[in-house]
Amino acid sequence: MAALSVMTGGGSWFLALALGVTLLKCLLIPTYHSTDFEVHRNWLAITHSLPISQWYYEATSEWTLDYPPFFAWFEYALSHVAKYFDQEMLNVHNLNYSSSRTLLFQRFSVIFTDALFVYAVHECCKCVDGKKACKELTEKPKFILSVLLLWNFGLLIVDHIHFQYNGFLFGLMLLSIARLFQKRHMEGAFLFAVLLHFKHIYLYVAPAYGIYLLRSYCFTANKPDGSIRWNSFSFVRLISLGLTVFLVSALSLGPFLALNQLPQVFSRLFPFKRGLCHAYWAPNFWAVYNALDKVLSVIGLQLKLLDPKKIPKASMTSGLVQQFQHTVLPSVTPLVTLICTLIAILPSIFCLWFKPQGPRGFLRCLILCALSSFMFGWHVHEKAILLAILPMSLLSVGKAGDASIFLILSTTGHYSLFPLLFTAPGKKNLFLIGWKLSTSLAWALWKSSVNLYSLSPPGS
Amino acid sequence: MEKWYLMTAVVLLGLTVRWTVSLNSYSGAGKPPMFGDYEAQRHWQEITFNLPIKQWYFNSSDNNLQYWGLDYPPLTAYHSLLCAYVAQFINPDWIALHSSRGYESQAHKLFMRATVLIADLLIYIPAVVLHCCCLKEISTKKKIANALCILLYPGLILIDYGHFHLGLALWGVLGVSCDWDLLGSLAFCLAVNYKQMELYHSLPFFCFLLGKCFKKGLKGKGFVLFVKLAGTVVASFTLCWLPFFTERAQALQVLRRLFPVDRGLFEDKVANIWCSVSVFLKIKDILPHHVQIIVSFCLTLLSLLPACVKLTLQPSPKGFRFTLVSCALSFFLFSFQVHEKSILLVSLPVCLVLSEIPFMSTWFLLVSTFSMLPLLLKDDLLMPSVVTTMAFFIACATSFSIFEKTSEEELRLKSFSVSVRKHLPRFTFLPRIIQHLFIISVITMVLLTLMTVTLDPPQKLPDLFSVLISTELTSANPPLLLRKTGPELTSVPIFLYFICGTPTTAWCAKRCHVRTQDSNWQTPGRQSRTYT
Repeated sequence: MAALSVMTGGGSWFLALALGVTLLKCLLIPTYHSTDFEVHRNWLAITHSLPISQWYYEATSEWTLDYPPFFAWFEYALSHVAKYFDQEMLNVHNLNYSSSRTLLFQRFSVIFTDALFVYAVHECCKCVDGKKACKELTEKPKFILSVLLLWNFGLLIVDHIHFQYNGFLFGLMLLSIARLFQKRHMEGAFLFAVLLHFKHIYLYVAPAYGIYLLRSYCFTANKPDGSIRWNSFSFVRLISLGLTVFLVSALSLGPFLALNQLPQVFSRLFPFKRGLCHAYWAPNFWAVYNALDKVLSVIGLQLKLLDPKKIPKASMTSGLVQQFQHTVLPSVTPLVTLICTLIAILPSIFCLWFKPQGPRGFLRCLILCALSSFMFGWHVHEKAILLAILPMSLLSVGKAGDASIFLILSTTGHYSLFPLLFTAPGKKNLFLIGWKLSTSLAWALWKSSVNLYSLSPPGS
Repeated sequence: MEKWYLMTAVVLLGLTVRWTVSLNSYSGAGKPPMFGDYEAQRHWQEITFNLPIKQWYFNSSDNNLQYWGLDYPPLTAYHSLLCAYVAQFINPDWIALHSSRGYESQAHKLFMRATVLIADLLIYIPAVVLHCCCLKEISTKKKIANALCILLYPGLILIDYGHFHLGLALWGVLGVSCDWDLLGSLAFCLAVNYKQMELYHSLPFFCFLLGKCFKKGLKGKGFVLFVKLAGTVVASFTLCWLPFFTERAQALQVLRRLFPVDRGLFEDKVANIWCSVSVFLKIKDILPHHVQIIVSFCLTLLSLLPACVKLTLQPSPKGFRFTLVSCALSFFLFSFQVHEKSILLVSLPVCLVLSEIPFMSTWFLLVSTFSMLPLLLKDDLLMPSVVTTMAFFIACATSFSIFEKTSEEELRLKSFSVSVRKHLPRFTFLPRIIQHLFIISVITMVLLTLMTVTLDPPQKLPDLFSVLISTELTSANPPLLLRKTGPELTSVPIFLYFICGTPTTAWCAKRCHVRTQDSNWQTPGRQSRTYT
């Protein structure tokens, strides 16, 4: 009884939050799942049934393996548990196989791997401190941050309804950020390198990591005015960082290098043939660009300025994933998107280099890199907005200004995730859940920003 | 209140949990020919929309009473009619006479769930929020935590149709507690006219209001109040029953449908005294029918008399809530034709006293959810029930720190233990006993759940199970002692009665195929109808 009372005592709100959201995830098991469910089942089958040399060549299903090797190994490890649930799901030819046991296994695997995310949130909470001592639990920054991260509505939709494994990946990212906050730079770098080899979408934020580690870790001291002190450069640190990254990459890509499959792997990882926009447009700059193009072409046709025969048949708005040409505005190539992205992240990189503000500055740069890549990247998924929202939560509990930006970003970002839920079966069901969850989150955010306005002194 | 945004978040969480649970299967899904309660609700929409009022309660070629005939009071019928109008607007196939029997589709499921959710949202949830806001002597944070726990109570979430009557009854309780007597009694009359089960709660209402009239003085304001209340009750009943007062036969037929006294002392396996006793002593075979009715009536009356008398003499909102619990539990344990789901009628008042005795209330609510497990398993609701029970337990444990508040004073057992100590001076360890009982009870519930899911009872030794479980778990039903219900001498018998009526005895009776239906009463083609 004493043990139980200790467990449910005052400091266990974190446990209650984590358990609560886990129970909610269990309730979401019978909801709609997207084709990503079949994607992961297929990868379980591929990694379990075929030898490594076949992993990146297998194309029985349209959902080929397009994540880096560590994720493939992760699926391999999962498949050894999967065989106790339902052996049939591990057959490569069982396309669209979704027995109830398969569903249960997949859902539980996501819920289970979220444990890493919970741990990462716990670590992040240690890095956040309120300016005043708050007696009220709901006003403590730690509590607000835990709610914002653990009960993040976007992550719930994407991971537990739409079905993906972002939970533990974001856990890795948040953990590496937390380690950088705690001045454990090597661990942070190692975790990020590992993360990159799990899902290469995190390349979006790699510049922030690179510049920060170079500037604030390799150069061990600054001049009094904050500018760089060239003679404090530490080769040892640089070499150790490089070695870490190199070793992780070797572990990941080594087997495929030995098999001479690197070009194939890279073509799977970076499929530029997929087109500028995804089937569902991510709300980025190119979406606006395409819409403008469409509008102009319609106007042009109406005003007889354009020749109908010259307009290409394939159109952005048909919801297909393929390459095509714009009609009125100049066409966009991957190189153009890369240049736009680089231009967009340059200011934040400059700030990080010339005026480093410690880990907080790094976090800001990271968020800006993520947002810029989201805005101008090639074939961006709308899920990529989570890359900006989750780190932003960390900033938002620190300053009132950040909190208000976060409110706008997360509300619009989560709202833009709704198309992920809209397919025929049960669409109205999910819309209602989604609406309720998002309004819950909106209230949580509003509450957090209101509290923060009362927390931090004005003008900071 | 200042933390309105927290309350909103709590309400939204409650709605989210309700909606996600409703994504699961419903009762009787895909089980022809009778299906389940879901089909019953759909059928009532069909009947009320297509047939004139005079035919609703009568057997005819269009309205086969054996196939989910209406057996609730008129307000349920009117509510079904309203839903039917909406259904007609969306898709007439759902309520077409005869041809829509057994209609099952995703869109229809969505419609039915939506009607339930809207009813909850409009009636039940505001009542809960208002009740928590009106609680006195506790902090805002505790009020919100209270609301969270009540909204997360699994029983009301898992039983799949709307709890209109419970919401109305709750408004009734609120009304009379806050001195809006007329509105409260109106709400309660509407609740009774929605489901006749609400009569379980009627005696406390009557006694409380009578007590208020006495307090104000029988010759002055009290008498005026009495007349007004009587007028309100008569008016509301007349309004609901108006179409049925045109002919005597109509009213009688409705009453016959509402109170089927021919059906015997109990049906199915329910956690009350009669079912428990029948495991050892076949009451149904020993006593003739009319004697059974008399015995049940007398015992019910005896067990609730002390509480009601006390309430009449000393009316107070707190006493009123406790009396509601006591009376509802008495009815549940001793009454005629009680169904498993009637435990919800007891759970609602217990939710209301959650802030007063959190430990006991939480225990009771957990056990009440567990008692409905056979029903929930039949509807494939194992996962949601486990999840919501755990969520409820965590919410209560963190909100009320129930494990720290287990002293005699807090468990309201002080007067009981003082009177026992007069005879046994060493009786100081009651809280410890109760704590240990709680742990044993929880462990046993978990074990029984696991066993129900994985094992079948041994065919050769059916009695072994029942004997083991009833001896081991006679304490599973928590000793919900009610301090305010009267002198200590009557509390002890109530204490002992509650110990006997365990849900697990009912569980084991079911597993061991104990015959509970009266063989003289034939019900061709009819499943035992839910009777909440």
